Amino acid sequence: MTDTNPLRDPQDRRLPRIAGPCGLVLFGVTGDLSRKKVMPAIYDLANRGLLPPGFSLVGFARRDWADQDFAQIVHDAVKEHARTPFREEVWKQLSEGFRFVPGDFDDDVAFDHLRRTVEELDQLRGTGGNMAFYLAIPPAFFGTVVGQLKEHGLADGDADHWRRVVVEKPFGHDLESARELNNVLAGVFEPDEIFRIDHYLGKETVQNILAMRFANNMFEPIWNANYVDHVQITMAEDIGIGGRAGYYDGIGAARDVIQNHLLQLMALVAMEEPIAFDAESLRVEKQKVLASAVLPRRLDTTTARGQYTHGWQGGEKVIGFLEEEGIKKTSTTETFAAITVDVETRRWAGVPFYLRTGKRLGRRVTEVAIVFKRAPHLPFTSTATEELTQNALVIRVQPDEGLTMRFGSKVPGTAMEIRDVNMDFAYGGSFTEASAEAYERLILDVLLGDPPLFPQHEEVELSWKLLDPVIEHWARKGKPDAYDSGTWGPASADAMLARDGRVWRRP
Amino acid sequence: MIELTDTTSSRIAAEFVRSRTRSGSPAMGMVMTLIIVTPDEDAVESMKAAQRASREHPSRVLAVILGDARGTPQVNAQVGSGDGWGGETALIRLKGEVVKHAESVVLPLLLPDSPVAIWWPTAPPADPATDPLGRLAKRRITDSAGVTRGKSTAMLAQCRAYAPGNTDLSWTRLTPWRALLAAALDQHPLKVIGASVTAERISPSADLLVAWLTDRLKVRVTRHTSDGPGITEVTMDTKQGPIMISRADGRLATFTSPNRPDRPVALKRRELPALLSEELRRLDEDDVYARTAHRLVTLHPESS
Repeated sequence: MTDTNPLRDPQDRRLPRIAGPCGLVLFGVTGDLSRKKVMPAIYDLANRGLLPPGFSLVGFARRDWADQDFAQIVHDAVKEHARTPFREEVWKQLSEGFRFVPGDFDDDVAFDHLRRTVEELDQLRGTGGNMAFYLAIPPAFFGTVVGQLKEHGLADGDADHWRRVVVEKPFGHDLESARELNNVLAGVFEPDEIFRIDHYLGKETVQNILAMRFANNMFEPIWNANYVDHVQITMAEDIGIGGRAGYYDGIGAARDVIQNHLLQLMALVAMEEPIAFDAESLRVEKQKVLASAVLPRRLDTTTARGQYTHGWQGGEKVIGFLEEEGIKKTSTTETFAAITVDVETRRWAGVPFYLRTGKRLGRRVTEVAIVFKRAPHLPFTSTATEELTQNALVIRVQPDEGLTMRFGSKVPGTAMEIRDVNMDFAYGGSFTEASAEAYERLILDVLLGDPPLFPQHEEVELSWKLLDPVIEHWARKGKPDAYDSGTWGPASADAMLARDGRVWRRP
Repeated sequence: MIELTDTTSSRIAAEFVRSRTRSGSPAMGMVMTLIIVTPDEDAVESMKAAQRASREHPSRVLAVILGDARGTPQVNAQVGSGDGWGGETALIRLKGEVVKHAESVVLPLLLPDSPVAIWWPTAPPADPATDPLGRLAKRRITDSAGVTRGKSTAMLAQCRAYAPGNTDLSWTRLTPWRALLAAALDQHPLKVIGASVTAERISPSADLLVAWLTDRLKVRVTRHTSDGPGITEVTMDTKQGPIMISRADGRLATFTSPNRPDRPVALKRRELPALLSEELRRLDEDDVYARTAHRLVTLHPESS
């Protein structure tokens, strides 16, 4: 036995990280998440040669299926949604490791069967006793499932064999429920065995925020309250709630998006430099930002919420939220939410972070806009700079990933006239071809046990602590304001910024 | 594509600007210049590979066709941009005396302040680093499997001429094999006591793999001949039994290891664009290749 692998060399940067021997148990096989994201990502990883030989995928669901039926489901999902081309030999390699275990979540016999299946895979396929459990199921079932895993000896890792559990948002619906959820998971798995997937954090552009901020010298000096006027973080969707009424009603935009994606984005933009680019150092810095984030005193003037009404979105006639199937006519669930957050640090004192998200808005876009203060003195006539607004640096997260810089430039001609121009860096154009889908990246990280991109429980708690007062405030008072589908939200959102003498960017 | 006959570098450069303005001055975000030195008959295929690679690495691609060096000098070019390209391209045909001074045509066309890579798809110079065109680049890519003459000694010759920044697509072709072999030892942390590589008779990749395994494992690595395609089998012997990866069809391999059932592994031979993309991903010196090249030379001390 040797300690180090002689074929590995830190200087050898061509060699990809391939996950060690392992398998994945997928709960909730028939859901959208599994079919559209998880299964295609697993195929894409296999296609790129990043899964270990003998990687096995076990499906668990209340279906009367044999292994082949499950393989067919995966096959269809892969054909339809995978990013990389379908190759028979990759499929052959992958599909030999497919197993299916039918049963209910509270069915002891089924979990016994699952345990035998996992043990059998260790023998047959050499998964080495390493298993990840992907809970693509509603959080209400987490307790039952992890309880069963523990009871049937499936959750016991040791020094040589790891067990990991993967969960998706929502991580609770308020602070209390988030804690309960965490207690359920933490009762069975260690904190470093729990992987919370926030697929936004797997996106290249989001990781590029860190590269841009900390690998360059030209941004950092102006990345503070001396130069930055305010920050706008937007995640807009053009679709309505679709068939997700059951999930969405009572949850709303703030819980669905602000608590996780937007606050995580904010943390990455606002955080101090981590001492190293590892999970622990990143978590510490993100946590500091979230802990120093506070809401303004008056929530009625610094937040806004809305509900989309029927109208036209991108040339299509669409119905309003209250007309969606499964939504009560009296629902006060918001489909648009905007909040103001102050980060109380020396770097950000007096710089408001405006966070907004909504459904049925103008277009699908996610971006972070750092808007700078105007130049303290303009040695031009006021007419010359009439069309000059504030400089801005926009990190476009999706679609069309990249960076936009907006600054003033002279309009060609004899008169001195200055106008905004945009300079573009298309991250997409350069790197999309090779860049992996967020889920590929994240699933590989789970299998490698590399957690820098996964929010920890403390971050989840801090986010809820910040957001809970807003949601309570809204619950106490009135209803969301109506906004026409296909627009950029209710008038109250514009009013909210107008009070500060600012306007929303049209993203 | 705009045709320029009997032209100069500055006219080619002006055409780059014009064609960019014509397509509405799109943001190109080009990250490097890639020079391809190719014979006329391979130019189209090489450009295609560069085009596919340029999706990942938007670049200005300058394909240089060195024609007959006798007669009056002439520079002809086809210039284009956009349209499925992540950058700009010029196909430059040189004739007459200027063939010996190709670098004077290429130098003014390099993108400012960004790296330059050069690729010889078929006929590399004996010493790429001192070649007039090769000197312009910080990454010099040869392809010993693609040479038309002196195939069996091409790899060794390139390794002898190694200079920092040189690399060979035969090395790039090995990455999936090396990844799998390294992963195999991750799974079985056993002491390797011997190894062997089986491949078709002439296979620069196999020679490099032998050198790499010798260098890393510090054991004797034997080389065997098969009908291919490419590398067909690699074995690492341990006291517990052999770890073996065999691939007969160039697509699907079988992974055999001690006390474990055999498993299929997809191990497809990759196409040029994928190889080129990998090669362009890093432009600094490849230390591991440097050591492997050195080892290959020491394994063949007397042959010339």
